Amino acid sequence: MTADGGGVDGGGVDGGVRTAGGAAGGRATSAPIMGSEAEPTLFELSQPGRSSWQLRTTGMPEWDVDELVPADHRRDEPVPLAEVSERDLVGHFTRLSHRQFSVDLGAYPLGSCTMKYNPKLCDTVAGLPGLAGVHPGAPPSLSQGWLQIFVELEEALCEVTGMAAATLQPAAGAAGELTGLLLMRAYHQSRGESRHRVIIPDSAHGTNPASVTLGGYETVTVPSDERGCVDLAALRSVLDTDVAGIMLTNPNTLGLFEEDIEAIAAAIHEVGGLLYYDGANLNAILGVVRPGDMGFDIVHMNLHKTFATPHGGGGPGAGPVAVSRRLVEFLPGPRPVRLPAGATLEYGTMTPARSIGRVHSWHGNALVLARALAYLEVHGGDGLRRVAERAVLNANWIRRRLRDSYDVPFDRPCMHEVVLSAASLRKRYGTKALDVGKRLLEFGFHSPTVYFPLIVDEALMIEPTETESLQTLEALAAALESIAAEAAAGVPLSEAPRTTPVRRVDEARAARSLVPTFDARPL
Amino acid sequence: MPDYLPHTEDELVQMLTFLGLSSLDELFAAVPEALRLGRGLELADGSPEPDVLARMESLGEANRARSDRLVCFAGGGAYDHEVPPVVRALAGRSEFVTSYTPYQPEVAQGCLQAVFEFQTMVARLAGLPVSNASLYDGANALVEAVNLGVAASGRQTVWVSAGIQPHWRAVLRTFAAGTGHEVLDIPLENGRTGWPMVTSQAADETPGVLVLGYPNYLGCLEDIGAARRICDETGALLVVAADPVAAGLLRSPGECGADVVVGEGQPLGTALSFGGPYLGLFAVAQKHVRRLPGRLVGETVDLEGTRAYVTTLRAREQDIRREKATSNVCTNQTLMAVYAAVQLGWLGTTGLREVALRCARGTRFCREGLWALDGVEPLTGATPTLREFAIRTPIPGRLAIERLADEGYLGGLALADLIGDDGDGSLGGDDAVHGLLIAVTERRTKAEVEGFVRTMDKVVR
Repeated sequence: MTADGGGVDGGGVDGGVRTAGGAAGGRATSAPIMGSEAEPTLFELSQPGRSSWQLRTTGMPEWDVDELVPADHRRDEPVPLAEVSERDLVGHFTRLSHRQFSVDLGAYPLGSCTMKYNPKLCDTVAGLPGLAGVHPGAPPSLSQGWLQIFVELEEALCEVTGMAAATLQPAAGAAGELTGLLLMRAYHQSRGESRHRVIIPDSAHGTNPASVTLGGYETVTVPSDERGCVDLAALRSVLDTDVAGIMLTNPNTLGLFEEDIEAIAAAIHEVGGLLYYDGANLNAILGVVRPGDMGFDIVHMNLHKTFATPHGGGGPGAGPVAVSRRLVEFLPGPRPVRLPAGATLEYGTMTPARSIGRVHSWHGNALVLARALAYLEVHGGDGLRRVAERAVLNANWIRRRLRDSYDVPFDRPCMHEVVLSAASLRKRYGTKALDVGKRLLEFGFHSPTVYFPLIVDEALMIEPTETESLQTLEALAAALESIAAEAAAGVPLSEAPRTTPVRRVDEARAARSLVPTFDARPL
Repeated sequence: MPDYLPHTEDELVQMLTFLGLSSLDELFAAVPEALRLGRGLELADGSPEPDVLARMESLGEANRARSDRLVCFAGGGAYDHEVPPVVRALAGRSEFVTSYTPYQPEVAQGCLQAVFEFQTMVARLAGLPVSNASLYDGANALVEAVNLGVAASGRQTVWVSAGIQPHWRAVLRTFAAGTGHEVLDIPLENGRTGWPMVTSQAADETPGVLVLGYPNYLGCLEDIGAARRICDETGALLVVAADPVAAGLLRSPGECGADVVVGEGQPLGTALSFGGPYLGLFAVAQKHVRRLPGRLVGETVDLEGTRAYVTTLRAREQDIRREKATSNVCTNQTLMAVYAAVQLGWLGTTGLREVALRCARGTRFCREGLWALDGVEPLTGATPTLREFAIRTPIPGRLAIERLADEGYLGGLALADLIGDDGDGSLGGDDAVHGLLIAVTERRTKAEVEGFVRTMDKVVR
């Protein structure tokens, strides 16, 4: 049924659907119909005396609260929460969901975030009672299935990255970065060296320098050259034995492969430093080239990007860290391991001799890890290679198609994403990258990443991912071309979008008059 | 070749032709020949979905501790609470599951408003005015709270009660290697933190942060006021790690003087999940809002004046501050926060109190039953406990867990698995080895607890 009572169940109601108008057959997957009505907060829906909870019959003695909690600890009134019926609750969150764009609804070409399709199989896996219903404090004898999942995932990730061993504990990419830096620190300390600086290219994600600081190091930024890669001469000029290592993303955040990676690795290793691989862009090179073979010593992966675990509106992710042989003894513990034949159990845990310690309360984001293993098993080695090929093909198709409408600051074959620029549109017509992104929302596509990387003026970073079809790419390109044409025709775009659940929001006001809770709202 | 890729062979040719290429390999011309893998990845061939699902199901079968097979008395920061179908149905909607960080608020009001509601609920539980959008988990929230406290107080000495979950303390020590914080564990006496005299500390050892559990990991109710007085004397910040379910009955940590309240949000609608993904709860007093780590959603209006939500105070975040940022956390656990918001919406004012009350009743019933057994003793004296408690049994805790599992129970956590065989300065090695930490949630029936007590009596002899 449609919201306007369109009449016939499942009967070809076509409201708002945009067709590709490009290649014959197939059609763009982006056709959101989204909730335009503002939704009151749950607190405004509350009616005192209403409720929806139902709890198990227990037969427990019904001691009163004052027989259970000493008076000096007892609260006087219950915590005020909303009081709604289950039906109210369902209506509220369903309507909220209609005000939310998602990968399932349409293409999400958000550069650097790898918003690929998330297989439903993996949702089912994450909901299996044998996985979701297991307490993390259960000993190995009672959690053999989980330990096997961890061991198999670790082995697969090591094969994909060309590394010796991995920790699955870090809960997200940034947690993986910090874990990697602490591994770097432990390695140098074990050699009696105290090094102070970590090198980062100027195109790096902001989390890299923040992680460096929390890892107890100072950041040294090296510039990119005119080809968008690390400036080798500038890099060499900052190298000495005070350098603990370098953090690199390859392909880098411009979507370009660092062609000098062998020379970079040799130079860093020559001064005793380590190479850290930020796995943000690993999707581009699956089965083609491996960080370990490029010379990297530490690799973090974003399973929510490369291995299709859903992004969940901004988390949960998982950020395993794989290392080369000389760093294995420093990995966080306890580590799931396959026990030697003859042991009572097949799988157990062990803590490496010189472990940096725990980086997670338990074993990591286990259900995310299980999803990633299921994804890997569906694809197999060949499938992963196809993922990389199609991702790179799609990005290059977009680059080639849009080079006449937008600036392409580094116009040579890219990897999994392409950075365009609206610099000319802005100069000629006053249309900014932000305007382009906002207008694109009205075509049923999520905006590209805008204004990143910082070294590109008016950047529009597009990562189509491998799971979007040619028809979707054509519709996306056509939308971006028509936006460029609108700019040239003088159509004002600074007020776009108009058809979204809300219009452009006043971010300055949000920060100036902070309202972080319902209770902080001005009366 | 099962996969999720839409390209037909014809389309591949068409696209390559458009690029002036004749093969997919040519896409990788920028990768130096010598570095290329030159072989297939040594992974098993891809399998169709039904095969993969069957295999994952069989791995699930190998987990004997699953809560639909063993009656769960384990806690220690992860609890077997009721998560009703309505919570799973709503929070599991793919709009919440398959979106990302709300960079485009015009099309992300669903997650933004849900998180705004979550922040409101967490702030009310904590008794503080501001909550962030969540962090990775309880331990991560604790690490961030300590970093905030050190930055605000200007002192790197951190007194951490040994009543903080031992794994969290371990995580804190790991990250202190990078920040250089001096983390001191303050032992418990009969289950409560025995803070040292401040006057006996050298000036440069004055704490900048105190961390206290409420209830602590052994289930004991701590005296927040005593910690607050030390903070008032020294200018240290008080971080309280609070259980969000116990909050249904307890005076809020904010009301008792906490500057920062952190917690593990798993009890609010997230399945046990073998430890993750969970979510970290994080609330602060108003004066610390500019130091808040992680994401924060605020209310504002759009250009037509309609109410709208957006991530705010972005100037704190690392994509702007880079190496000057005080936190490297650039995401939160939005999906788990949505679960928590729906769960707290489902429980409502009366339901949260009822869950806490039922936990307390079940805990008392179980505790009294176990204490009556020959050879079983409380490990924290007569100190009041609310929703879990520690006992000592005549046999090693790990052995008790194995035997109880054979009888159909996940009989708690072996203390030795949390603090090691040598104990931790509060509990000696003998108590650690023989100790069990037992939790009782609202899902445990009287009959289950009676059966558990009887079985314990049998297995510890």
